[in-house]
Amino acid sequence: MSDVHAGPAGLAHQFEDLEQQHETDTLGIWVFLVTEIMFFGGLFTAYAIYRWFYLPSFEAGSRILNITLGATNTAVLIGSSLTMALSVRSAQLGKRKALIVFLILTMILGGVFLGIKGVEYHDKFVEHIVPGIDFAPQGEVLQHLAPGGLNHAQMYFFFYFAMTGLHALHMIVGMGLLLVLVLRARRGDFSPHYFAPVEVTGLYWHFVDIVWIFLFPLLYLIGGRY
Amino acid sequence: MSSPHVVPLRTYLLVFGALLVLTALTTGVAFINLGPLNTVAAMAIAFTKMLLVLFFFMHLKYSARLMRVVVLAGFFWFALLLALVFADYSTRGFPASSSPAPWSVAAPPTHP
Amino acid sequence: MSSATLEPRTDARVNYLNADYGWKSWLFTIDHKRIALLYLASITFYFFIGGAFAVLMRIHLIDPQGALVQPETYNKLFTMHGIIMIFFFLIPSIPAVLGNFLVPMMIGARDLAFPRLNLLSWYIYMIGGAFTLYSLIHGGVDTGWTFYAPYSDTYSNTNVVPVALGVFITGFSSILTGLNFIVTIHKMRAPGMTWFRMPLFLWSLYATSVIMVLGTPVLAITIFLLGLERIFHVGIFSPALGGDPLLFQHLFWFYSHPAVYIMILPAMGVISEVIACFSRKRIFGYKIVGFSSVAIAVLSFLVWGHHMFVTGQSVYAGLIFSVLSFLVAIPSAIKVFNWTATLYKGSISYDAPMLYALGFIGLFTMGGLTGLFLASLATDVHLNGTYFIVAHFHYIMVGGAVMGYLGGIHFWWPKITGRMYPDGWARLAAAIIFIGFNLTFFPQFMLGYLGMPRRYAFYPAEFQVLNVMSSAGASILGIGYLIPLIYLIWSMRYGPVAGPNPWGAKGLEWQTPSPPPTENFDEIPIVTEEAYAYAKEEPSGV
Repeated sequence: MSDVHAGPAGLAHQFEDLEQQHETDTLGIWVFLVTEIMFFGGLFTAYAIYRWFYLPSFEAGSRILNITLGATNTAVLIGSSLTMALSVRSAQLGKRKALIVFLILTMILGGVFLGIKGVEYHDKFVEHIVPGIDFAPQGEVLQHLAPGGLNHAQMYFFFYFAMTGLHALHMIVGMGLLLVLVLRARRGDFSPHYFAPVEVTGLYWHFVDIVWIFLFPLLYLIGGRY
Repeated sequence: MSSPHVVPLRTYLLVFGALLVLTALTTGVAFINLGPLNTVAAMAIAFTKMLLVLFFFMHLKYSARLMRVVVLAGFFWFALLLALVFADYSTRGFPASSSPAPWSVAAPPTHP
Repeated sequence: MSSATLEPRTDARVNYLNADYGWKSWLFTIDHKRIALLYLASITFYFFIGGAFAVLMRIHLIDPQGALVQPETYNKLFTMHGIIMIFFFLIPSIPAVLGNFLVPMMIGARDLAFPRLNLLSWYIYMIGGAFTLYSLIHGGVDTGWTFYAPYSDTYSNTNVVPVALGVFITGFSSILTGLNFIVTIHKMRAPGMTWFRMPLFLWSLYATSVIMVLGTPVLAITIFLLGLERIFHVGIFSPALGGDPLLFQHLFWFYSHPAVYIMILPAMGVISEVIACFSRKRIFGYKIVGFSSVAIAVLSFLVWGHHMFVTGQSVYAGLIFSVLSFLVAIPSAIKVFNWTATLYKGSISYDAPMLYALGFIGLFTMGGLTGLFLASLATDVHLNGTYFIVAHFHYIMVGGAVMGYLGGIHFWWPKITGRMYPDGWARLAAAIIFIGFNLTFFPQFMLGYLGMPRRYAFYPAEFQVLNVMSSAGASILGIGYLIPLIYLIWSMRYGPVAGPNPWGAKGLEWQTPSPPPTENFDEIPIVTEEAYAYAKEEPSGV
C-alpha cells in the first residue's frame, strides 16, 4: 500500500478527512440496519399471516408466556439502550472512564436480558412446549385447542422461538462488539475526534432494542390477560 | 453525524423515563379487554417507543436528511412486502370468509 | 475530464498488479482492483461448472427418452445449473468484477468506502460456494433452484441443507457489496462529480445495490425458515400442520424477482458505456436513462406474484401483479429506445465490445417482449412451466446479462490488465456466441409454445427436432465461451501493451495508466465536464 496520505490517527487511506470518514461510517451502518429491517421483516410477515388466520391458537400460546419476565426484559433492554447512548455521549466528550463504565453496564444489562431469556427457554423445555422437537403441552390452555388448533399453537411457538432466538443471536453479536469496544477504549483508541466504532455499535444495539420493542407485544400480549 | 451534536443528559433521561412508562402502559393495557383495540393500542405504543429510540438514542433527530430517507425506505419496503403478501391472502377465499385458512385441509391427516 | 492531465509514466512503473507479490498480497489485499480479480477468477470457475451441467442437460435431451442420465440425476443437473449460474455467477458477475474495479475509479476515489468489508464479501462468497460444492460432491440437490416447499423441506432426499446454507451465506456477500457501493457513491465522489455527471454505469450499479440491500435479506430469512422446517418439521410451509407452501413462494420471489434485475441492470450500465464510446456520442436522454435504472429497481419489488399466477394465489392479487409487471417493462424499453437514439448518426465502430452491446440490444429486447406474454395472466396459464419460460429468461440472462458482462470485460480489459486481446479472435468469438445462443434458445420458445414442459427428463417424440437444434446450438455456444477464456488468458502475458486509453473513451478511469497504480490517482481529479463529452467531429477509433 503506497503511503500517499499520512493523515491523523484513525483516518483510513481512502478518505480525505475524518469528517468524510465519519459520515461514511454513519451512512454505512444505517444502510446495514435497513438490511436488518428486511431480514426481520420477512419473519414478521410470516408471523402476521399465520396470526391473522390462527388468532385463537396464537392467543392461547401467548397466554402461556410469562408476562412478568417479558416486561422485565423489555425494561432491561431499554435500560441498556440508555447506557449505550450514554457511552456514545461519553466518547463524544472524551470521558474515557465513563465510556468504559457505560459500555460495561450495557453488557451487564444485555447479559441479564439473555439470562432471563434462558430461563424462559428452559421453562418451555421443561413444559414440553418445544415445536418440532418436543411439543406435548400438558396445560389446560393449550389442550383445549386440540386437535387442529394444537398444530397452530405449535406454529405460534415456532415463531416465538424463531423470532426471540434470532433476536438473541443479534444480542450475542452485540455483546461481542461491546467487548471489543471495552478493550479498545481501555487502550485509548477513542477521542472526541474519533469514536465512530462506538457510535456504530450503538446504532446496532438500539436497533436490536427496537426489534424487541415490537417482539414484546407481538409475542407476549396477543391474547390479553383479562 | 459529522457535527458533534452532544445530546443533553436530561434528554436521554426523559426519553428513558418515557420508554419505561410506555412499557408499563402496554403491559397494563393487556389486562383490559378492548377487543381488537388491544392490538391497535399495543402497536401504537410500540411505534411510539420506536420513534423515541430512533430520534433520540439513535440521533436521527440530529442527523443528515439522507439518514432519515434511508430509514424511511427501509420501513416502506417492509410495508410493501407485508401489503402485497396480504393482497393475496386477504382475497384468496374472496368473497367467502378468510377462516378457516384457504389452504387448510378439511380434516388434517395424522402426522407420520 | 479532469483539469489536471495525468501523465502516464512510461518507465518501469508500479501499478496495482506488480506493487506486491506473493499469495498473501492477494489473499489479504484490500485494494478494490485486486479483489475484483479475485472475483473474476472465482466466478469464471463457477461459470464453467454451471456450464458443464448445461452441456450435460443438452446432451441428455437429444433423445426423447433421455440420452444420458436417470431422471433423478436430470433433476439434479437443472437444479445445480440454476443455483450455480444464478447465485455464484450472474449475481456477482458485473458488480463484483467490473463494479469493484471501476466504481472508485469512475467517481475519482482511491478505493471503496469499506475496503476490508469488500475483501470480507469475497471470503463470504467463497465460503458459501464451498458449502455448495460440498453438496455437489455428495450428490447435489434436485429441488430446482427455486427450492419450493414442501418438496425441499420435507420430501427431497438430497443435500438441501448444505446448499441452502451456501446460498444463505453467499447472500451476505451480495448485501455487503451493495452496501459498499451505495455508501461509496453517496460519499466519495470527487469534487465536481455531481450525480448527473456520473457515468450511467454508476447509476445502474447504484440501482442494483439498492435491490441487493433491500431484497437479499428476505431471501436469507426465507432460506433460514426453510432450513428450520427441514430440520424441525414445525409446519411453517406444511398444510398438514397448518402452513401454506405458497408463503414460501411469496417470500422467495420477493427477493428472486428483483434478483433478476440485479443480474440485468449492471449489464445495461455496461451497454450505456460501450454504446457511447463506440458511437462517439453522449447517451441520448442521460437523465431518463439514469432515472429508468432507479425506476426498475423500485418497480422490480412489486411484481413477484407473476411467478405464482397458476399456483393458487388469489386471482385478484394476480391482477395487481400483472399490471405492475407490464409497468416494469416501460423503463427497460425506454433504455432500448435511448440506446438506439444514441446510435443514430453516431460514428460507429464494430470492436468486440460494441458487437456484444449490439447483440445485447436485440436479444434483451426479445427476452423482454416475451416477458410480456408471461405477464399477461391468460397467456401465462398456457406458457407457465414450459420451455417458453426457459427461453425467455435465458434470452435476458444469457443474451442480455452474459453478453453485457463479456462486452464489459472486453471493453475494460486493457485498463485492468494493461494488455490488448487479439481483435480478430474477439470479434469471431462474439459472432459465434451470438449464433450459438440463438440456435440454442430460439427453438425453446417454439417448444414451450407447443407445450413441452420444463424440468422434464423426457419429452414426446414430436419435439425431438427442435431439441436437437437447441443442443447443437449449445455446443456452438460452448465453443464460443471457451475462445475468450483462451485468448484473454493468453493476452495477459503475450498481448500488446495497451496505453491508458486505447478506445479514446471518456471517463475518469481512462485518465489513469493501464494498469492503474494502487492508489488510482496521484491527485484526486476535479471534474468539470459532463459524462460522455465526446466531441462531435472526432474520428472513430483511436
